[in-house]
Amino acid sequence: MLDAIGVGSVDDLFNDVPDGVRLQGPLKLPAGKTEDEVYTHLAELAGKNVHADSEISFLGAGMYDHYQPAIVDSILSRSEFLTPYTPYQPEVSQGGLQVMFEYQTAIAELTGMDVSNASVYEGPSAMAAAAYLAKLETGRSRFVVSAAVNPQYRATLKTNAYGYGSSVIEVPAAEGLTDPATLAAAIDDDTAAVFLQNPNFFGAVEDLAALVEAAHAKGALVVCVADPLTLGILAPPGDFGVDICVGEGQTLGNRLDFGGPSFGFFAATQKLIRRMPGRIAGETTDADGRRGWVLTLQTREQHIRREKATSNICTSQALNALAGMIYLSWLGRAGIVEIGELMIKRTAYARETLAAVEGVELLFDAPVVREFAIKLDAPVQTVLDQLALDGINGGYPLGTDYPEHEHGLLVAITERRSRAQIDLLAERLGAAVAAARETVGAEA
Amino acid sequence: MNPDAQKVTGAHVTETPMQAERATTIFEKSHPGRRAAALPALDVPDRDVSELLPAGAARARGPRMPEIAEPEIVRHYNRLSRRNFDLDSGFYPLGSCTMKHNPKLHERAAALPGFSRLHPLQPAERAQGALELMWNLERSLSEICGLPHVCLQPSAGSHGELSGLLLTKAYHEDRGEHRTKVLAPDTSHGTNPASVTMAGYETVKVATNERGGVDIDDLRAKADDSVACLMLTNPNTLGLFDENIEEIASIMHGVGATLYYDGANLNAVMGVSRPGDMGFDIVHVNLHKSFTQPHGGGGPGSGPIAVSDRIAPYLPVPRIAQKDGRFELNTDEPKSIGRMRGFQGNFGVFVRSYAYICSLGAEGLKAASETAVLNANYMLAKGREGRVGKYLPVEFDRTCKHEYVLSAAPAKKELNVKALDIAKRLLDFGYHPPTIYFPLLVDEAMMIEPTETETVETLDGFIEALDKILEEAERDPEFVQNAPYTTPVRRLDEAAAARNPVVTQDLDALA
Ligand SMILES: Cc1ncc(COP(=O)(O)O)c(C=O)c1O
Repeated sequence: MLDAIGVGSVDDLFNDVPDGVRLQGPLKLPAGKTEDEVYTHLAELAGKNVHADSEISFLGAGMYDHYQPAIVDSILSRSEFLTPYTPYQPEVSQGGLQVMFEYQTAIAELTGMDVSNASVYEGPSAMAAAAYLAKLETGRSRFVVSAAVNPQYRATLKTNAYGYGSSVIEVPAAEGLTDPATLAAAIDDDTAAVFLQNPNFFGAVEDLAALVEAAHAKGALVVCVADPLTLGILAPPGDFGVDICVGEGQTLGNRLDFGGPSFGFFAATQKLIRRMPGRIAGETTDADGRRGWVLTLQTREQHIRREKATSNICTSQALNALAGMIYLSWLGRAGIVEIGELMIKRTAYARETLAAVEGVELLFDAPVVREFAIKLDAPVQTVLDQLALDGINGGYPLGTDYPEHEHGLLVAITERRSRAQIDLLAERLGAAVAAARETVGAEA
Repeated sequence: MNPDAQKVTGAHVTETPMQAERATTIFEKSHPGRRAAALPALDVPDRDVSELLPAGAARARGPRMPEIAEPEIVRHYNRLSRRNFDLDSGFYPLGSCTMKHNPKLHERAAALPGFSRLHPLQPAERAQGALELMWNLERSLSEICGLPHVCLQPSAGSHGELSGLLLTKAYHEDRGEHRTKVLAPDTSHGTNPASVTMAGYETVKVATNERGGVDIDDLRAKADDSVACLMLTNPNTLGLFDENIEEIASIMHGVGATLYYDGANLNAVMGVSRPGDMGFDIVHVNLHKSFTQPHGGGGPGSGPIAVSDRIAPYLPVPRIAQKDGRFELNTDEPKSIGRMRGFQGNFGVFVRSYAYICSLGAEGLKAASETAVLNANYMLAKGREGRVGKYLPVEFDRTCKHEYVLSAAPAKKELNVKALDIAKRLLDFGYHPPTIYFPLLVDEAMMIEPTETETVETLDGFIEALDKILEEAERDPEFVQNAPYTTPVRRLDEAAAARNPVVTQDLDALA
């Protein structure tokens, strides 16, 4: 090969790298390992983690322990889905493009929106992407966000808005719900969008109709974060006139994976389609009239429009969106309703059962679907540590993000949590709270 | 080579069996009452759902998801999979995308329940193995990039770019400086200027010189204290290493700007030259390129950033810290720009890339880059002769790095076939075409990146196929203009798709 090139050594191919920027000596990294050695090392690291199969987990707060059917991994492991690049050559990418089209259809139908793109990175950055669209669409510069929106979503919004100089105003959610009047008061003529989550971070179902009306009255767009797995039983955001619906797709057949990769979904009204971020698959025909799909409306995108693009996103989360589509097919039309009903009924049971425990009360009263907040009459961390010893992950301590709810605990009930497990949680929680109170009492 | 490609000679074209199959969506395959999932039985008191929800909150009609049994779901997606071309089936020299082999061990490792079933909010003391892996990956990327601090959070390259620009903004503002412009060469990737706009800056283009590098005079003329940053890829998107990199860095640092390295082309220089040593302050690494995360048909990826000391205080949170042999996640960083996304990043990608780095080690990574560069130069040399050299000359003819850019302008002028036509005809030969029409600077660009995991026979085969296609074009340009012939569908009407966008299926029409 060197002869064909006409050089004497591979080193000669790097003659254009000036000496001053050449690495002298080898990288300070360990020597290479065999496949067996690498696997053993990784298995050892994996073994140091307490994962959702090795405890009974009530932890949610953005990602949830739902069952991932075997069919998902099986199909995703096909190299034809796993190893291609973005479908730049549609004639040899019809599989991936058709998946995108099916996925867009499913997301639009679930959310009640007109259109969906083919995925964005994940939930919080999806909301930030919606903010950028709202800024472009309205030419306004303020964002108003409910404090009942997941704290990581709010943080991501603020970081992104910092770049282009928009301000983010938070409205409190005193009773665990966003109050339409308080929201309305925070919106002014320069407000580009209002951000809500339904069910919100506390698990509670918001009064979307009133909130959307408050925002639209001042000409602001409404961005609603939704959880797709609750949309079998909850009226879709589109029915309330929401302009953009985004969210985290992990609950649709994706792994927990310590936080990613999953996917973000991004759906909107028809009016906004030409400002949407990301890839969109569209139907067309080939030279002989056969049905097919291509990436479409690419004049929105960075590779065509560069600095005038509506977003910078390029690589997104196609494989994870495929997992979502397989999962929705598996769950099916009946299953999406059934899983919602199962969750809401078990959650209602769990809520009542936990509220009856000595030293435990509900933090808020509003109706919930899969997650709810309780208040412990004991230090939350001490209680969680005790539950962990019992092999139970009790949930997410709300004090991490809401100092005013220092005693709050967010408990998630997926379809994988049985009545027996809920009863066990109630029993151990009662014991842990009692023990923690005693310790606190003794120290006092 | 696709045997069918040989059969297609002249205007006689027969429909392949796959072409004869009409595409049917999973919604069209649905039948009322069919299903796959069985859910757990209700084991708590039954309740009326409408009682559990506020008035008006319940869904009146369930969403119309597919109604289909598991065997048919499997067949549907298997059938679709066969309508994709993929890296495991053939050569994929898509420039700028580093389509190297994805080792199979990585999928097995990523599926370990200790990783795949780990909740992102699991407290640090019960996720020590995951944090240790992230720490080790951070340290490895730090060494490879030659910069002390790494944050794994960004989700892809463009997300890393946006993060880097926000870091630049925070850095300057902290010093009381307000800067408005970001410089980027005209060869830069589209995500660069798009990220610049999203970060609230204005893009100023820098010209390319006759050697394919940054035009130093133009850079000097544009570099002043209104410039926040220069974004550069090195080697750049022409596949050329900028020999003036030290001078470029000193010009930018002289005006107080940061230097951003778009790491999409890191595969050329691992273990040879480090962006930190070149003078860059911020680097993103596309783990789905140089570090073997399978591309998934458009993601997932991951775009960690490595930064210098002066940028470190502003990095996104949470940050991993090591204390007395234990790992923790710190959010208490007062100068941090905050969060670019939820949780800790695309951890599943970290597992695969870390496995790759462990497998190759220091010497293996360097050998990978050397071989990638060797393969590209070999193809470049082979293609200097014959029809390829005549109709598809290289635009900047010097030693390339891991990729190079041809121009199909002579083919267009003399044979009346464009880069697009050649790309489409390559599909018939069983190859994925190069990246076309990028970088914009090169007329009728064809950007070829073979990567290090291809054999010399494959590289020869591809050059031969190009030669054959050009020969076909000499004889019958129309034949090449109408390619492809053997793919699952033939050339698709993109203009019609954009004019009248059909982006979801009309489910009412199916009812
Ligand atoms: C040179 C260059 N820069 C940036 C990017 C963007 O990276 P990503 O797709 O990971 O966002 C790419 C990839 O397409 C690229 O080739």
